[in-house]
Amino acid sequence: MTGTNQYVKDVATRGYQYGFVTDVETDVAPRGLHEETVRFISAKKKETDWMLEWRLKAYRYFVSLLKKDQLPRWANVKYPPIDFQDIIYYAAPRPRKQLSSLQEVDPEILRTYEKLGIPLEEQKRLAGVAVDAVFDSVSVATTYKEELAKRGIIFCSMSEAIQQHPDLVQRYLGSVVPYTDNFYAALNSAVFSDGSFCYVPQGVRCPYELTTYFRINTEGSGQFERTLIVAEAGSYVSYLEGCSAPMFDTNQLHAAVVELVAMENAEIKYSTIQNWYPGDEQGKGGIYNFVTKRGKCLGKNSKISWTQVETGAAITWKYPSVILQGDNSVGEFYSVALTKGYQQADTGSKMTHMGRNTRSRIIAKTISAGHGSGTYRGLVRVMPTASNARNFTQCDSLLLGDQCGAHTTPYVEVRNNTAHLEHEAFTSRVSEEQLFYCNQRGLSPEAAQALIINGFCKEVFKQLPFEFAVEATRLLEANLEGVVG
Amino acid sequence: MLEIRNLHASVGEVEILKGIDLQVKPGEVHAIMGPNGSGKSTLAYVLAGKPGYVVTAGEVTFLGKDLLPMKPEDRARAGLFLSFQHPLEIPGVRLDQFLRAGINGIRKSRGLEELDVLKFDRHLVKKVQLLEMDQGLVRRSVNEGFSGGERKRNEVLQMAVLEPTLAILDEPDSGLDIDAVQEAAKGINQQRGPENATILITHYQRILNYVVPDVVHVLINGRIVRSGGKELALEVEAQGYEELQEAEATLRSSG
Repeated sequence: MTGTNQYVKDVATRGYQYGFVTDVETDVAPRGLHEETVRFISAKKKETDWMLEWRLKAYRYFVSLLKKDQLPRWANVKYPPIDFQDIIYYAAPRPRKQLSSLQEVDPEILRTYEKLGIPLEEQKRLAGVAVDAVFDSVSVATTYKEELAKRGIIFCSMSEAIQQHPDLVQRYLGSVVPYTDNFYAALNSAVFSDGSFCYVPQGVRCPYELTTYFRINTEGSGQFERTLIVAEAGSYVSYLEGCSAPMFDTNQLHAAVVELVAMENAEIKYSTIQNWYPGDEQGKGGIYNFVTKRGKCLGKNSKISWTQVETGAAITWKYPSVILQGDNSVGEFYSVALTKGYQQADTGSKMTHMGRNTRSRIIAKTISAGHGSGTYRGLVRVMPTASNARNFTQCDSLLLGDQCGAHTTPYVEVRNNTAHLEHEAFTSRVSEEQLFYCNQRGLSPEAAQALIINGFCKEVFKQLPFEFAVEATRLLEANLEGVVG
Repeated sequence: MLEIRNLHASVGEVEILKGIDLQVKPGEVHAIMGPNGSGKSTLAYVLAGKPGYVVTAGEVTFLGKDLLPMKPEDRARAGLFLSFQHPLEIPGVRLDQFLRAGINGIRKSRGLEELDVLKFDRHLVKKVQLLEMDQGLVRRSVNEGFSGGERKRNEVLQMAVLEPTLAILDEPDSGLDIDAVQEAAKGINQQRGPENATILITHYQRILNYVVPDVVHVLINGRIVRSGGKELALEVEAQGYEELQEAEATLRSSG
C-alpha cells in the first residue's frame, strides 16, 4: 500500500527536534584520556583523596582492558571503532559566579531547557516534581531540595554528594556496579563528572517524583554521569530521568552508570525517557548510549522496578538489571525501545535470583521502523540458594516496514529446580486489516498507527508516573509522526 | 442516497463483482442474501474502500458524491459505516478511546467541535444503556479476548455510537444463537430512521424476521439475480441457493 509505505518512509526520515546548540562558555578538559585527565576532573570537582584514588584505580583497569582490546563485542550492534583519545571527557558550562539559586543559572541554559519543554521555573511550581538538571557534565540546579531536606531526603548532584555526604557515597558507590564490572563501567568510574545522588532515610516515602534531565551540549564531548540511589528500610522513591542532545555530525559517547540499593521493605521505581540525538537520515552522528544500570534488592521484601522508554540515540546498549538478594524481593523491567532511521538498540534486562521466593518480571516492547534494528537481550539467572524463584518474561516486537529488524535473545540459567520461569514472545506488524478497521471508524491512517502503537506499549506506559506517561506517549507519537499521502 | 451502477471489482486477478446495480433510498433497509463466495463481503469492502479491492468498472455515488475515489476514512466521515463480519483486535487500545478517536475524526471533518472525554462518555453511556450492554465492555481493549458474540454486539454498539447515514452490516448474525440474533436485530432497528439506510448482508433469512427489509436482493456469482420484497427471503430459505444458482448459470450461458 502506498499509504503505509509513505508513512513508514516518513517515520524513517523524520527530523530531530531537539538539535540546537546552546552558546555558553564551557570549561573543557583537553581532548583525550590520560591519568592527568582523571586528576583534572577530580581537581575540578574538589574531590577528596579516596575519590581520586578510586577513579585512578578505575582508570588503570580501563587502560588494561583497552590494551588487551577487551571491548564488549557481543551486542547485536555495528559501529566503527571508538577513538577514546578523541573524546572530551569533561565540559562544564562556566558559571559567571557561584550559584546560590535558580535565578543565577545562565539564562542561555535555562532557555535550552525551555526549548526542551522543561522550564525549570515551571518545573519548580509543578506539584510533585523535583528536578535536577545535568548540562554536559555539571548539575545545573536542583529544585525542591529544601522541601526534601525536611523529610531527611538527600537529592543533589553527585559532585555535591561526594563533598557533603562522603560517608554515604563511599559506602555505596561501586557496591552494585564495581568499576571492574565492564569496559564502559570502568571508563565511567574513571571520568564520571556528575550525576544525581538520592538518599531516602528509613521509613520515609518520598512525596515527589524526583527528576533529572540530562543534556549533552558540547561537540565531541562525552557524558559520563553517575547516579546512585539508596533507599533505606521501609522507604519509597520514584525517580525519573530524561535525556536529549543537540545534532552533531560526530558521534558522542554517553557512558553512564546507575546504581540502586534497596533495603528491607524498600521500593525504588526508576523511569527513563531517553531521546538522545539518533543521527541523521544516513545514520551519521548521534549518541552512543552505552549504559550500565543495576539495582540491588539487598533487604527482604524489597522491590526495584525499571521502566524505560528509549526513542533516541544512534546505538543503545543497556540492560537495567536487578540482583534479588533479599528473600521475597521483586525485580521488574518494563521497556519500550524504538529504532528508526539507522538506529540500533540492543537492550533488555538481567534478573539474578539469589534470595528465596524472589520474583521478577520482564516486559520488553521493541518497535522497529526504517532501517532500525532492535534486539531484546535478557538473562534470567537463578542461583542455587533461590528456592521458589519466579520469572515471567514477555518480549514483543512490532515491525513498521520491511527494511527493519527485530531480534530476541533470551538466556536462562537455572541452578535450583524449584524455579518457575515463563517466557512469551511474539513479533507482529501493524496489519493493513487493523488500519482499515480504524480508518473505517473515521481515524486517519496516522491516528490509527499512533493508536495501535500506543496500545502495543500500554503495559509499559502505565508503569510511568502519570505526567510522564503523557510525555512518553507524545514523544513516541512525535517520533513516529508523518503525513500519509 | 446510494447508487451503484454496473459495479465490477476484482481481488488480485479474480473478478468477484460482475456488474452490480443497486439503489438505496433514505429510510430503507436492503437485505443482500447469497451463498458463500457469491461476493457479499466483497461488495461491503468495495463500498468501504478496503485496500486490495480494485474497482474495474462502474460507478458509485453516495449522498450525491462519487464514492470510489474517496479514502476509507473519508467514506466513514461522510457517514458510511461497515460492521465487520470478523472484527479485528487492537491490543491495548480501549474501546472508548478508540471510538472517541473515531467520532472526533468524523466530527472534525464536518467542522464540528471535538468531544472531550466527559461529553463523549455521556454519549457512549447512553448508547450502551440503549443496547442494554455491559458498561465494562467499553473499558476493555477493542475486541481483545471478546467472544464471537461480544464482537458482533460490539459492532452494533460502534454503529450506534458513530450514528452513520448508511450502515452496511456484513453478516451481523453469523455464529450467533437465536437470542443473540434478536439482540443484534434490536440494536440495528434502533438505528433505523427516515434519514438513514441499512444494507444488511446475510446468509440466512432468520435475522430478517426481526429486521424487516424493504427490499431483498439475491447475490450469486457476483451478480444480483433477483430482487423483491421481504417474502423473497422466505422463498430463498425454502428453495435453497442451489436452484437460484442454476438459474443464474442458465441466464449467463443464454445471455
